[in-house]
Amino acid sequence: MSERNNTTSQPVLQLRQIDKHFPGVKALQQAQLSLYAGEVHALLGENGAGKSTLVKVMTGVLQKDGGEMLLDSTAQSFATPKDAQQAGISTVYQEVNLLPNLSVAHNLFLGSEPKRFGLIDKKAMAEQARQLLSSFGLSIDVTAPLSEFSVAVQQLVAIARGIAPKRGAACTKVLVLDEPTASLDADEVQNLFQVLRQLKQQGVAIVFITHFLDQVYQISDRITVMRNGCFVGEYQTASLNKAELIAAMLGKELSQQRHQAPCVAVEQADAILSARQLCSGQSVQQLDLVLPQGQAVGLAGLLGSGRTEICRLLFGLDKADSGLLSFAGQEVKLTDPAQAIALGIALCPEDRKTEGMIAPLSIRENISLALQAKQGWWRLISKKKQQQLADFYIDKLQIATPDADKAIGQLSGGNQQKVILARWLAVEPKLLLLDEPTRGIDIGAHAEILQLIRQLCQQGMSLLVTSSELEELTAFSSKIVVMRDRKKVAELSGEDLNPDRIMAAIAGASV
Amino acid sequence: MSRTYLPLWITFALVLLMFAAGASQFDGFASLRVVTNLISDNAFLLVTALGMTLVILSGGIDLSVGSVIALSGVAAALLIGPYQWHPLLAFALILPCAALFGAAMGALIQYYQLQPFIVTLAGMFLARGMATLLSEESVAIEHPFYDAVAEFGLELPDGGWLGATSLLTIALVLLMLVLTHYSRFGSYVYALGGNSQSAQLMGVPVARTTILLYASSSMLAAMAGIIFSFYTYSGYALAAVGVELDAIAAVVIGGTLLTGGSGFIMGTVLGVLLMGLIQTYINFDGSLSSWWSKIVIGALLFFFIALQKLLSHKWQHKAGSKA
Repeated sequence: MSERNNTTSQPVLQLRQIDKHFPGVKALQQAQLSLYAGEVHALLGENGAGKSTLVKVMTGVLQKDGGEMLLDSTAQSFATPKDAQQAGISTVYQEVNLLPNLSVAHNLFLGSEPKRFGLIDKKAMAEQARQLLSSFGLSIDVTAPLSEFSVAVQQLVAIARGIAPKRGAACTKVLVLDEPTASLDADEVQNLFQVLRQLKQQGVAIVFITHFLDQVYQISDRITVMRNGCFVGEYQTASLNKAELIAAMLGKELSQQRHQAPCVAVEQADAILSARQLCSGQSVQQLDLVLPQGQAVGLAGLLGSGRTEICRLLFGLDKADSGLLSFAGQEVKLTDPAQAIALGIALCPEDRKTEGMIAPLSIRENISLALQAKQGWWRLISKKKQQQLADFYIDKLQIATPDADKAIGQLSGGNQQKVILARWLAVEPKLLLLDEPTRGIDIGAHAEILQLIRQLCQQGMSLLVTSSELEELTAFSSKIVVMRDRKKVAELSGEDLNPDRIMAAIAGASV
Repeated sequence: MSRTYLPLWITFALVLLMFAAGASQFDGFASLRVVTNLISDNAFLLVTALGMTLVILSGGIDLSVGSVIALSGVAAALLIGPYQWHPLLAFALILPCAALFGAAMGALIQYYQLQPFIVTLAGMFLARGMATLLSEESVAIEHPFYDAVAEFGLELPDGGWLGATSLLTIALVLLMLVLTHYSRFGSYVYALGGNSQSAQLMGVPVARTTILLYASSSMLAAMAGIIFSFYTYSGYALAAVGVELDAIAAVVIGGTLLTGGSGFIMGTVLGVLLMGLIQTYINFDGSLSSWWSKIVIGALLFFFIALQKLLSHKWQHKAGSKA
C-alpha cells in the first residue's frame, strides 16, 4: 500500500515528544507523529486518547508545553490557527465549520476573494470556485448559499477550502481531516476517498482521524495509535491486522485481572427488560437484548458502534421506529425520558460535564435533582430531607468533600461522577443505564465505582454499563453484549467473558 | 436563489401597493414631490437604519443610535451657537468622536464577550445623559452655512426637490451598498452573522470587524443627527427618542434576518420607504390618527418575522432531506 518509496526522504511534518497539560490533567505525554508527503496517515485511538489535543497543537489552536514540531525540518510553533494555515497546514473539522449563509464560492475564498478595482469580483470568484470544485467531481451552483447543499457536499467544500490557495499563504502541505466521514453514507465516503487519493498524488500529507476501522484499511498508508495521551505505535497499514490494531487501541495489559463470577447465573434470573428487533433510524439496527434482573450487563464496542445510542433509546431520549420493548413484563413504548423515569429507568450519561452535572449548584442540590423531578416540582423536597439524602450518599459512596454545600464543579472527576451516580440512586431505579461511568477518573475512584456496581447488583438493581475498558467490563458483568457498526455482533457469557474474546468479537470474525 | 431575495421582493411589492393605494385615493399622491419629500423627511431614519443593517447582519443590535442622534445634534448646536465654530469644523469633531464611542462599545462586546443588547443599552443611557447634561433646553442653530445648505438642491419636475441632505443620504446609501455587498469588510460582517466561531476558524479578523462595525453604526447615527439638525435648525437632548426601534423595524421589514447573516441594504431602503409611505398616506387622509402608522408597522413586523421563520424552517427542512 505504501506509496512512499524513497525511505530516505524527510517527513514534511514531525511532532516529537509533545507534552500538553491542562489543570489537573496530562492531556499529552511524549506524543509523536511523523507525516510524509503524499500519504494518508490514520490517527487512531479511543475517546480521550489525545488525538484531538495533538491535532489542536499541530494546527495552532493550542500551544504545546513541551517537545518540538518540525515543518520541513525547521522548528515551528503556531500561535493561532491562522499561523498554521499560513504555513500550509489546513484542518477540516468534524462539524462543518463553514458559513451556511454565504454562497459556496464565498465560503471557498472568504478572506482571499479575487478583486477588481478594489471591489470583490463575484464573477471571477464564481469561476474560480467552479474550477476548484470540478477537480473534485462536483458541479453545483456555486452562487447558492451553502445551506442549500447536503452535508456531504458541504464536507467536500470544506476540504476544497482547505486546499484552496490563500492570500499570502504557502500551498497546503498537510491536511487534517477530523472524522470527515461521520455523517456521510457509503457512496459519499467513496467519493471523498477519490478526492483524497487525488490530493495524495499532488503530494499533500493527509491526517485522517476516524473510528471506522474499515475505512482506515481502505484509504490509509500508515497508522499512528494513541492511548491515554501517549504514543502507542506507528504501523504500516498493510502489515497490521485488525485484531492487532484494536489491541493497540484498547491496551494489551488486560488478562492479568481475574474475572469474578457473577452472583447469579444468567438463565435463572427473570428479565427486567427485553427488546426484540428494536430499530431507531440509522443509530440502532435490529437490536435483540435481554437484561436480567439483579445483574450487570456490559456493553462493549468501539466508539460509534452504537453503545451510547442504545442507552439513549432505552431511556426514551431517542424514539424506536420499530420493534418491541418490554419492561418488567409489560410492553412499553418509550417516547420521553419522564416516562422512563416513571417506569424506574435511570441514565447516567457519558459526558457528565455537558449532560450530567450542574456545575455551580451544590452537591446536595445536584443529588436531589432527579428525585425532585420524579416527585413533581410541586412536592418540594425539604432542605432537611435533601441534606439527609446528601449526607447518606456522601457517606455511602465516600465522596471526598468537607460538606454537602460545596459546588460540584469544584470536585475532582471521580467525585463528580459519584455525585451524579448518587442523583440517580436516590430515585431508586429498577434499571440503571451507565454510559462510560469510569471515564476520566483516577484509579482509586475507578475501583470504588466498580465495587459499587457489584453492590447494587446484590441489592437487586439491574444495570447496563458501557465501557471502552474491557477488563473493567469483565469485572462485574454477567454477560457482555458486543456492538459493531450499530449492530449487535455477539453476546458473551460464562467462559467467554474475557478481554481476548471481547476483542475478537469487536474485530469481527477475522481473528 | 429566489428564496434569498423573496423578502426583498415582498417589501418592494408592498411599497408599490402602498403607493398605488395612495395614488388611487388622493389627488397629488402620485407625484415626484411626494417621492422626494419621502426621502427628505426620512433621511435621518434611513441613514441610521443603514448602520443598523450592518449591525444586525453581524448578529448584533445597536440600541444607542437614537441617543447618539440627539447627542450629536446638541453638540453641533452648541459648537455652532455659543462656541461660534463653523458647522463643518463642528462636524469634523463630532463624527470621529461618535466613531470612537461606537468602537468602545464594539470593543466591550468583543473582548468581554458581553451581549450587544446590554452594552448598547448602556450606550443609549450614556449618550442621552450626556446630551441632557450639555443642554436641557433645545438649542437653536442660526448660521449662514445652514441657510446656504437649505437653498442648495436639485430642482426636479412635478414639484420634486432633492435637497442637500437628500443628496447626501443617497450618496451614503450607494456607499453602504458597495461596502456591504462588494467589500471584504462586508463579507466579514455576513460571516460573523452566519457563525462567528466558524468565521474565526476561517481566519476572519473577528475583533477588528466587530469594532469597525459598531463604530460605523455610531458614526452613521451621528451623521443622521447632523441631517436632523438641518431639518429642525436646532439640537435637542430629547429628540429622536425611540428612533433606534424605528430603525430596527425598517431593517426587519426590509427582509434582514434578526439572527444575522442574511439581508440587503436595498431592503432597508425599501423598509424605510414603506414606513414613510404609511405615514404619508395617513397625512393625506387627514382624518386618521397618526398612531395608525404604528399599528400598521406593528402588523407588518409580525408578518415579516413570521415570514422569516417560515423561510428558514423550509430551508433547514430542504437541507435536511438532502443530507
